[in-house]
Amino acid sequence: MATLEFDSIGMTYEGSDRSVRALDVLVLSVAEGEPVAVIGPSGCGKSTLLLIAAGLLTPTEGAVRVGGSAVDGPRRETALILQDFGLLPWKTVEANAALGLTVRGVARPEARKRAADALERVGLAEFARAYPGELSGGMRQRLALARAVALDADLLLMDEPLSALDALKREDLQDVLLQLWQRRGHAQVLVTHSIEEAVFLGRRVVVMSPRPGRVSAIVDNPGMGSAGYRASEEYFRIAVQLRAALAEEGAVGVSSEGAS
Amino acid sequence: MNGLARKVLGYVGASVALLAGWWLVALAVNSPALPGPGIAFVTFFQQWPVIWPHILISAARVLAAMAIGTALAVPLGLMLGRSPRADAIAAPIIFLTYPIPKVVFLPVLLVLFGLGNLPKVALIALIVFFQILVTARDAAKAVPEASILSVRSLGANRFDIYRHVIVPSSLPDIFTALRIGTGTAIAVLFLAETIAGTDGIGYYIGDSWGRIDYPAMFAGIIGMALLGVVLYEALDALEVSLTRWRRTAK
Repeated sequence: MATLEFDSIGMTYEGSDRSVRALDVLVLSVAEGEPVAVIGPSGCGKSTLLLIAAGLLTPTEGAVRVGGSAVDGPRRETALILQDFGLLPWKTVEANAALGLTVRGVARPEARKRAADALERVGLAEFARAYPGELSGGMRQRLALARAVALDADLLLMDEPLSALDALKREDLQDVLLQLWQRRGHAQVLVTHSIEEAVFLGRRVVVMSPRPGRVSAIVDNPGMGSAGYRASEEYFRIAVQLRAALAEEGAVGVSSEGAS
Repeated sequence: MNGLARKVLGYVGASVALLAGWWLVALAVNSPALPGPGIAFVTFFQQWPVIWPHILISAARVLAAMAIGTALAVPLGLMLGRSPRADAIAAPIIFLTYPIPKVVFLPVLLVLFGLGNLPKVALIALIVFFQILVTARDAAKAVPEASILSVRSLGANRFDIYRHVIVPSSLPDIFTALRIGTGTAIAVLFLAETIAGTDGIGYYIGDSWGRIDYPAMFAGIIGMALLGVVLYEALDALEVSLTRWRRTAK
């Protein structure tokens, strides 16, 4: 199992005529098996943070460590789910779910078996032979999850994975995500725009400042994952607290209905 | 109605319309230079033992040339599309040479390679090469960055990215270029075969023309149309089996 540490990382994108400071002295650590949600105003560097954690970007300052060792490229047991799910339209559902294993050189029968198990877990087993283009948005999202599950990842990074779904599908998949985490106990970083999603899926909710992104507040949410949490008083209390923290960052108006 | 039946019906309908049009124009023109479809088809079937070896030779030339042109152009085009540095060097060369009609090189090729198969295959391969090269390069450029990122996050190396993302993503465009290339290839083959050599369906048409045997000339044209149809359909079948996902998308 893996821990994730951002040790004072900074990130500056060098453009052709100007440079953009995306992250600034960001410190954050995620414990083994801990689900963390990250929320903040648009353009605060949330996605950059995930790409750095996944080893796809190198921070200009500071260091990232997973399981104690420095990240210098994509790591075997880290799974990343992007906003558009990152599915390949030319591969069947089965081949998409197995892609991570194929790329990592897992033998074909083994890869097929693990992909089939993963599809079973997210309820897509009967669509193994279909193509992503034949699936609904919610099913595509499940497929992206299945790919991560098949990898048997101990660190799951998600960049607004549910933002393309309507409100009902969203809750449905939030439940799927929660169940997966409860069953597998991986560390997880979920970047989201939605306050209720952050409170439902983050045991700690990290609030980021506008660009350049820093950690401006951390809201503890110990009740996360308990039965019927969405309807509980604590859930609402923490959502209100989170909204106030975001308002301080200018991400939401104090009286607004919230960003979701 | 299934796909095959629909296709056959389409060809039957198109043939009837074309033959009717041909017949009407032939009636209106009323010249020996444009025989009607009746006599052309009678000649076609009478001459079949003579015509079909010519068709076979032409088919072999087109297929060999397309295979060579494609095999060279696809990897190079995809690579240029993904490597800005290589592209910066190659793009000016491509843009300078692409608009030149490659047929102008036929005399040079004839001098270099003689009158046999080689100059014809080389010329067509050259044409197909450029068409596919430009298309493959643009297609590789247009591959969504998100697809590449997601596969890279899974630990893919450069080869994996070509295999799982860039090649399949570019295939539909490459097939479009191939289809356009087939038409050009047959047109150029006709020219090359009439100018040099003593075989191929182009030679047969040109030879009949020279002998003022118009029915035989049109029998040859029918043969050339058949060759085109077979090539298109073969390409279509190949495309369907290689780009299955496109037929199923909603």
